[in-house]
Formats: sequence, structure tokens, C-alpha cells
Amino acid sequence: MRTIETTEITKQIKEMCIEANYFLPLDMKRAIEEAKDAETSKIGKHILGKLCENMQIAGEDMIPICQDTGMAVIFAEIGQDVHFEGGYLEEAINEGVRQGYQEGYLRKSVVGDPLIRENTKDNTPAVIHYQIVPGEQVKITVAPKGFGSENMSRVYMLKPADGMEGVKRAVLTAVKEAGPNACPPVVVGVGVGGTFEKCAVLAKQALTRPVQEFSKVPYVREMEQELLRKINETDIGPGGLGGMTTALAVHINTYPTHIAGLPVAVNICCHVNRHVVRVL
Amino acid sequence: MKMEKYIRAPLDTETISSLKAGDFVYISGTIYTARDAAHKRMSEALAGKGALPIELKNNIIYYLGPSPAREGRVIGSAGPTTSGRMDKYTPALLDLGLKGMIGKGRRSKEVKEAVVRNGCVYFAAIGGAGALLSKAIKASEVVAYEDLGTEAVRKLEVENFPVIVVMDADGNDLYEKTAENRNDG
Ligand code: SF4
Repeated sequence: MRTIETTEITKQIKEMCIEANYFLPLDMKRAIEEAKDAETSKIGKHILGKLCENMQIAGEDMIPICQDTGMAVIFAEIGQDVHFEGGYLEEAINEGVRQGYQEGYLRKSVVGDPLIRENTKDNTPAVIHYQIVPGEQVKITVAPKGFGSENMSRVYMLKPADGMEGVKRAVLTAVKEAGPNACPPVVVGVGVGGTFEKCAVLAKQALTRPVQEFSKVPYVREMEQELLRKINETDIGPGGLGGMTTALAVHINTYPTHIAGLPVAVNICCHVNRHVVRVL
Repeated sequence: MKMEKYIRAPLDTETISSLKAGDFVYISGTIYTARDAAHKRMSEALAGKGALPIELKNNIIYYLGPSPAREGRVIGSAGPTTSGRMDKYTPALLDLGLKGMIGKGRRSKEVKEAVVRNGCVYFAAIGGAGALLSKAIKASEVVAYEDLGTEAVRKLEVENFPVIVVMDADGNDLYEKTAENRNDG
């Protein structure tokens, strides 16, 4: 049994919220830079060049990469031999978000009630996904999610007979409908299987996989590669203004499902695909 | 051919008619920010519950909710939000004299009709480039709805603020163009 103080969780979450909003993961940064070199559309290349400049300014001058610093999505994988001491874990996480968004000059974009719509003014609460895993470590992923792209995400309850082709159609439909709204180039996270809510979580998790790391399952990897190619043939391009860089990656996660169903979630993320991972 | 143009805000008719979908434009002068909550309030004001907080005539509204400014700075990150959410409110504002909008993403048929009817222009700024775009903002002042925080209405002084004409006064829409007629070799 290992004891972790919840104040430590608060401190880590605070730092991670700030880090995520000023520095993209290296693999994302590299993918955007490579896309800029490869892009053949002039306007597309121009926009990708500006995105590289933007990342540079964000880090050097400490200005968030994007003004939509997101709703904080947090994956907490907690070893079952861990014991938390101090306050309530969920409060400790939200306190970290509160401090991070305040001290990091991040935008407060959360309303306390979806219909009354009053801003909570500290970007809490976060959306937290807990998982109990073996061992005595805690792995935390902080992934602030912008809503320009979140709004273009979709869940489709397909029929088993729709099969692989149905899944591919669903992904392409969602990306085309998103078009310029989701701040392309995008990263596409896809969840296939499970239940209505499970596929959405799978899709969100898929966004945190290093870009261009394909699935280890051969048929899934083939689908990812085929979809990436087809998405980049749509000519949506950077900023939605044309070009061959519409998506930087397609990541598909699968899970067992019911004999009667084929749930598919397509979670679209913009090029500001932020996530910071720490293991305590 | 794609053109680079330097213009001033507020806009005049001559400037607007010179702008074509696909032009790279650098705006200097005064513009205003308003996004979802401010649009809702402006539309309530128009429905009879009060006065509009800003003069619309010839002005540009930038769909922006910036991140907070650090001490000694004008503004935080300041890129565009998705314009489509403002579509419900936009035609009424264009009919009242608003001439330009800066945002990102597609607009509705109703907005396009109002753009053509009133001789207006819709610009896109690069989505997700808020750090870079903030450099072109030289002054920022909250002029209305302060309680809305990031969604308050701000008056901005901009210098060579970079945008691309997506929809011109003739209704040409850059998002709908294909590689061939985008003239993008
Ligand atoms: S979709 Fe992403 S890049 Fe675009 S405004 Fe939102 S967070 Fe920023």
C-alpha cells in the first residue's frame, strides 16, 4: 500500500494544465512541421507556417497556443494499492484545475449549468475519467479540449451489418461536416464498440495516443491508414482553405460490444491537440 | 489571382467592393469583439430590452473570447471562434449596418444572403493561432457586458491584423471553391 497526499495531486494537475496550454507534445509539433514541408497548396503551406510560428510565440512569450484553453478532461489511472490522504480526490483535482487556469492566465470557459449558462469563473469542474488499475502508481493525463472541434464530434449507433465500411463512412462523414469549423489540420479519435458512452470515451482516449503511432491490431491499423489517406484527399486542408493536410492522424480504439450493435464515436480534435501525461 | 491588401476599419463601401474571396487582408484601425453571450444580449436589446452597446455602422465584429492578459500586456491569446454559432443573430446586425465579421468556419444561407443584400464581408482568421494573432492587437478595452468575462464586448485597436476574405460582397465563398478555381497552384 502506498500513500499519496491529495495536495500533491493538486500541484501536479495545476502544472499540467499550464504546460498543456503553452507547449504541444513534441510528436504533435513535429507532425505539424512535417506537414508544412510536405503541403503542396500555397495557402495551406502558408497557414501551416503560421501555426509553427504560433507555437514558437506561445512558448517563448508565454501566451496560450489558442485562446480556447479548453474544458479540462482528465484521465486518472489509479493503482489499486494506492491510498489517498488529505482531502477528497475529486476536489483535489478540481482545485488543481482552478489554480492552473488562474495562475496560468488561461481562459475560463466553463458554465456551471448547460442551460442557465453562468460562467464558473475558474474553469471547473473538470471532466474526469477514473480507472482502477493494478499496482501502486497513479497515471494522470490532462487533456484540455477546445470546443470548436468538440462541437463537430459525433456518435453513430451503426448496425452490425454496416461493418467496416460503415465505420469508415461514419468517420469520413464527420470529418467532412466538420470542414473548416474544427480548425484543421485535425486529429481524429475514433472509438468502435462498447456501448453508447463507452465508444465516446474510447474516441477521446484515442486522441491522446502519440500522433502517427498506428494501432497494433493489423486490421485496425489498415483502417487508420486508409482513412487518413481518404481524409487528406478531401481538399479541406489547413484552415479549411484547401490542401492535402486535413488530418495529421486517425487513431481508432476498439472494445467488445453487444451482438446487436456497432457503436462508433468520432471525436475530432484541432491541431491544438493538447495532453500532458505524468506518472506519480 | 490572390491579392494582399491593406485596409482600415471601420470599413467603407469602396474598400468592401474591392475585396474578393481569397484575398489576404491586413486590417488596421478599430474593431469590436463579441461572441455567443454578447450576441444573445445584443439580440435581446434589439427585441426592445435596451440599447445596443456599440455602433454597428461600418464596423467589424471579431468573434473572439481572449485568454486573460499577463501584467503589462494588452491581451492574451486572441484567435477566432467558430462563426456558425452566431448565424442566428447575424442577419439582423448586418441589416443594421454591421459591415464585417472575423471568425472561422462556414456560415448559413441566411447570413450569406444578408452579406450580399447589405454589401458586407466575412473574413477568416487562422483558427488556433491565437498567440500569433495577439501580436497585431495594440489596445484592448472592455466597452460592454463586463460581467461576461471573456465574452464581454471589447474595443480593439489592431495593426495589420491578418485575415483572409472567405465571403465577399458578391457572395463568393472560399470554402466552397475547389483546388482548380481557388487558383492555388
Ligand atoms: S478548435 Fe482548437 S484550435 Fe480551434 S479555436 Fe478551438 S481549441 Fe483553438
